[in-house]
Formats: sequence, structure tokens, C-alpha cells
Amino acid sequence: MPNGAPAVLDVQGLKTVFRVRGGEVHAVNDVSFDLAAGELLGVVGESGSGKSVTMMSLLGLLPSPPADVRQGRVTFEGQDLLQVSDSKLRAVRGGRIGFVFQDPMTSLNPVFTVGYQIIETLRAHMGLSKSAARDRAQELLELVGIPSARDRLNDYPHQFSGGMRQRVMIAIALACDPKVLIADEPTTALDVTIQAQIIELMKDLRDKLGMAVIWITHDLGVIAGIADRVMVMYGGQVVEQAPVRDLFRNPKHPYTQALLTTIPKLSAERVRRLTIIEGQPPILGEAPTACSFRDRCPKAVAICAQQNPPRFDFGAGHDAACFVAAETRDAG
Amino acid sequence: MLDDTTPLVRIRDLKMHFPIYSGMLRRQTGAVKAVDGVSFDIKRGETLGLVGESGCGKSTCGRAVLRLYDITDGSIQIDGVEIGNAGQSALRPLRPAMQMVFQDPQASLNPRMTVEAIIREPLDEHTTLSKTDKAQKVLDLMDAVGLNRRFAKRYPHTFSGGQRQRIGIARALALNPKFIVCDEPIAALDVSIQAQVVNLLEDLQEQFGLTYLFISHDLSMVRHIAQRIAVMYLGKVVELAPRDPLYDAPLHPYTRALLSAVPEPDPAISQTRKRVVLQGDVPSPANPPDGCNFCTRCPAVMDVCRRIDPTFQEVEPGRFVACHLYENHASKTEKAEAHANQQGS
Repeated sequence: MPNGAPAVLDVQGLKTVFRVRGGEVHAVNDVSFDLAAGELLGVVGESGSGKSVTMMSLLGLLPSPPADVRQGRVTFEGQDLLQVSDSKLRAVRGGRIGFVFQDPMTSLNPVFTVGYQIIETLRAHMGLSKSAARDRAQELLELVGIPSARDRLNDYPHQFSGGMRQRVMIAIALACDPKVLIADEPTTALDVTIQAQIIELMKDLRDKLGMAVIWITHDLGVIAGIADRVMVMYGGQVVEQAPVRDLFRNPKHPYTQALLTTIPKLSAERVRRLTIIEGQPPILGEAPTACSFRDRCPKAVAICAQQNPPRFDFGAGHDAACFVAAETRDAG
Repeated sequence: MLDDTTPLVRIRDLKMHFPIYSGMLRRQTGAVKAVDGVSFDIKRGETLGLVGESGCGKSTCGRAVLRLYDITDGSIQIDGVEIGNAGQSALRPLRPAMQMVFQDPQASLNPRMTVEAIIREPLDEHTTLSKTDKAQKVLDLMDAVGLNRRFAKRYPHTFSGGQRQRIGIARALALNPKFIVCDEPIAALDVSIQAQVVNLLEDLQEQFGLTYLFISHDLSMVRHIAQRIAVMYLGKVVELAPRDPLYDAPLHPYTRALLSAVPEPDPAISQTRKRVVLQGDVPSPANPPDGCNFCTRCPAVMDVCRRIDPTFQEVEPGRFVACHLYENHASKTEKAEAHANQQGS
């Protein structure tokens, strides 16, 4: 953890299963991580890797059934979020922990003005009076860089562009001074030039407000530009975790290594042929009994098919769930 | 017979405007100028990348080139045949030579048809092959795109995104096309699957001598696959250049901003470099600004940009740009040279 700062959020052994027709989907398997105050943790993974489900599980945002958060402990401000009552959890959600979703069009209500939606949050969580809430809403829109904020409070979501809508979403998430902000693919639906604006904004806000941020994305480029520490997920598990520079310079897990070589880079020499990752992501029908990447892994050995690798420690906050990497470490 | 050096596709001043109707009498009150005067050539066997942000008109342009729309104005020549104003009956015999691969493999495959039927459909429509020949051709196509023959009777929903995209590619290849428009073929795929599909497209190009118009917003992938790249902004091509010059030394301020906005997967670069962050949003194509379309966001904007729309011109051999910064560029260098010569004599 950077600077040895105490963890604001600590997740241990989280396990989420979806009951579907004809079986179960083990979407999140024994996921553990922590988040230091003011830290920006990047969570990378492909679709179906469990990155969004993990975050939704710890805030109780998944409908149950079909979802079932079977195990785990989520410590936030001295309480276990998986044990507290619904009303207490509601106070945390949108209050002490803010959430920004991927698609700003569908997560804003089209029939209410933007101002109404921000004020609603403020009144529900902070008990502000109408006029105080209105002032605060204006302040928030100014904070996220929306021009003529006072007038725009009366506008409806469709009157904002995609980038502006995402700014509104961020304003709502920031409304109650959260300690932790979870941003789930906040720039995926946006164009690159708008994405660059939002990334700069989030960096600014983090420095200004000192909150911790969890940034979920499938885009390693975005992670490289913004994160302090990165967690790579595959098949519902954390396969590698490291400080950002360490992860990109010295990836341990074959999946991370493959991901980094398969995307073409603008700054590198153009390659004649792209390196590919063979095969398809795993189907999570049952709890893993072996390494979930082994079928696609160029380095797989016998033990990979017999046991699910634990996360081996590589020092300096770097760990990876790979038998081969651990063996190389011990041999070297 | 045309020789091999003539471009396969020649587009001149292509315009695609969609009318806006309003009021009680539904009169036309304006138009969305999705594509507004685009010109480019695509050489035989070449991949031309067409990049831009959403709403810039790149997909509309790709569809208009294949005459999936009745275009507003302009000329489209494919293999020397003018199709800009051709009627549907004239277009139909030309269709086999020009095909399309779509962005969303989920939406572009009929869920009620088996893979075999999907790939066979173009053969049913356009050829007189016997049943057994068609069946053989379908299996050959499945081999070519790396789909297991045993899956011929399955339905699209049983396949993953990457495999579905292979089905779409097999269908596009069925009639031995010369020219394929690939409209964001990898945008809906996972990172680990994108490279598989891009490599496949490259292999097929080599194998069948295909020419691609590759539409994408992913600048790193376009750099990999395309030989020349056209950058679109608000309905116009602002810059067109061979790959290396475009990426090494972009001329148009928009191209520069776009390239600098691409997040690089390398923290040493991306956490230290200074990016050009563009202010504001793309204006509406129904109501573009006066003068240059980019003048509202351009970091190098001048007075003239707000009045006069810059012409799209060749500033170096093979490099085209539409920007006042480079206007009279050629004549300036000539002047400088002439001046030097005078002094020398």
C-alpha cells in the first residue's frame, strides 16, 4: 500500500454466484483487495471477468435472486457492508461511497431535470434544505466543469452531450463528499477526445478532494494513465496485482503479459503481425479447481490443471496467481 | 480492361445529407450533413483506414460508398464503374463485388438462421450453383475464417462474439468480393479477441487480394492494419496521408489532438506526457459552424478559420489536409525556393 496509509476499504474472500437455469455461474471467486485513502486503484479485465459484479456485490446492488453473495467480508468505516441492514447500506451507497456507471444516458432519469436529480441525492443523504441543496448542486456542476451551471440545473439529460452527462453523473456521485468513488467503465461510451477530458477531470478531483477511487475498465491504456495500483481480473478471480509501473514493466502472470502484447501501441514500432491470445474466456459453471487461464496459457504445466493457484507474493505490493511465475521466482 | 494502377475505389465530393422535417406540414427545415464533400481513392489491395469520433460520419460514409443509401451528391466509381447515381436494378449485379462487415455481430446475424444458412444466403441470391456446390462452398468459407465445420448447423447465439464476427466475415467473402467495407469490425470484441479477428482480416486480404475500407475509432489498431488513413471530423475528411507520416507528424490540429488523446498502455509515457485536451464537444452536423468545421475547438484557430472553409488539398505528395495553416503551403515553398535562386544568381 502506498505510504502505508490505512485501508479505507478492505474486501476479503468475496464470492458471488448467480443461479441460472440449469446451474450456477461463479462470477466472483474469492476476491480480496484493499484500497488506501486517496489511492486510485485500477481494475482491468475483459467482459465476464467479474470486475463489475465484484463492485456491485460489495454495495449490495445485485438483485437477489439470481445473485447470491455467498462469502466474504467488506470492511468500510468499521462495519461489514455485507452484514449491515438495508437502510444502513442505503446510507453508505451514494453517500460515503459514490458510484459512476458506464452509460450516462441510461443512468440518468430522462423525465427529471439534472438539477432535480442532484438535489434529490443531497436531500436524501445530507438533509439539506431546498435552497441549500440548490446552491450545493450548482457548486458541484461547477466543480466538474459544466459552464453556466445555475442555468443548466434546469435542463434535462437529453440536452447534455455524452461527455457532459458523464460529468453530471460524477457530480451526483461526489454530492455527499464520498470517501470512495467507484467508477465502472466511466469513459467507455465516450470518444477519445472526451475521454481525455474526463480522465483529466477525475485526476484533478481526486487531488482536490482526496477521495479514493476504484476505476474499472477493459482499457489498459486508460489504466496506465490514471492508476496508482492495478488489479487484473480473469474468470472471476484476481490474477495479478501490482503498482502501475511495476505491472506494465514487469508483468508476472501470463494473462497480463499476453494482454500487454496483444494490443498495438502507438509509441512502439509497428509489428508485422499481432500476437494473439488463443481460445476463449472461460465459462464459469463451477468454482475453479484449476487455473482458469491454463487452456489459453502458453506456459501451462501439469500442476496448472490440478490446483487453482493462490496469489503468490512477489514483494513490493506485487502478487500474481501463477504457479509458473512463482517457480521462476523461487528458482531465481 | 483497367490496369492495376488505377484505384479500385474513387470517391469525389461525396455528400450524404439526411433531411430534417418539422412543423405541422412536415416541411423540410434543414439537413443533417453527415457526409459533406468527401473525396478519396482506395488502391487495389490496399487498406484505407477511416478514423474519427462518433458522429463524424465515418459509418455513413462507408455505407454511402456501397450505395446502401441514395446519396445526395457526388461520384462513386468502383472498378471504373460509376455507381453514384445507379438505380437498384443496375446496382444488383455489382453487389457481389462489394461487401460489408458490420460492427455488431449480434445484430447483423439473423438469430433464426443457422450458420450454414447465413453464409449460404448470398450464394442463393446471386449465384446459380447447385445445392451440393453451395454446401461445399459454405464449408470452404468456414475453413477460411477458422470456424469449425461441425458447427455449421448451429445458431448464432451459441457462438462467442469473436466467432460471430467470423461468421459475418465468411458471409461477406461468399461472393468473392473485391472490396469490403469493414465498419468497426472489432469495436464490440474483447481485447484478447480483437487481435484474432484483425489477423484473420489481414490473412484473407493476402489470400484473396481484397481491398478494405477499414472504419474504426481505434487509432492504434488502424495504424496496424491500414496503409493510408483518412481522418474525418464533422462530415469532412480533414487529413489523408500514408500511415507513417500521419502518425509521426500529423498536420491537422484535429489529428494531433486525436492522437494525443489516445491512452497509451505505458505508465511511463502516459503519466508524464502533456496531452492536447480539446475543449468542448463536437458541434451538431445539422448546424455546423461557419468557416472550418473544427474552428470551435481548434487550439490553433485564426480569424480566417471562422469565415472561410479551408480547401482539401495536397500539401506534399500523397498528403492531403484541409486547414488554413497549410493553405498556400506549396506556393510558399515555391516562393522561398525562387527567392533563394534569385539570390544565388
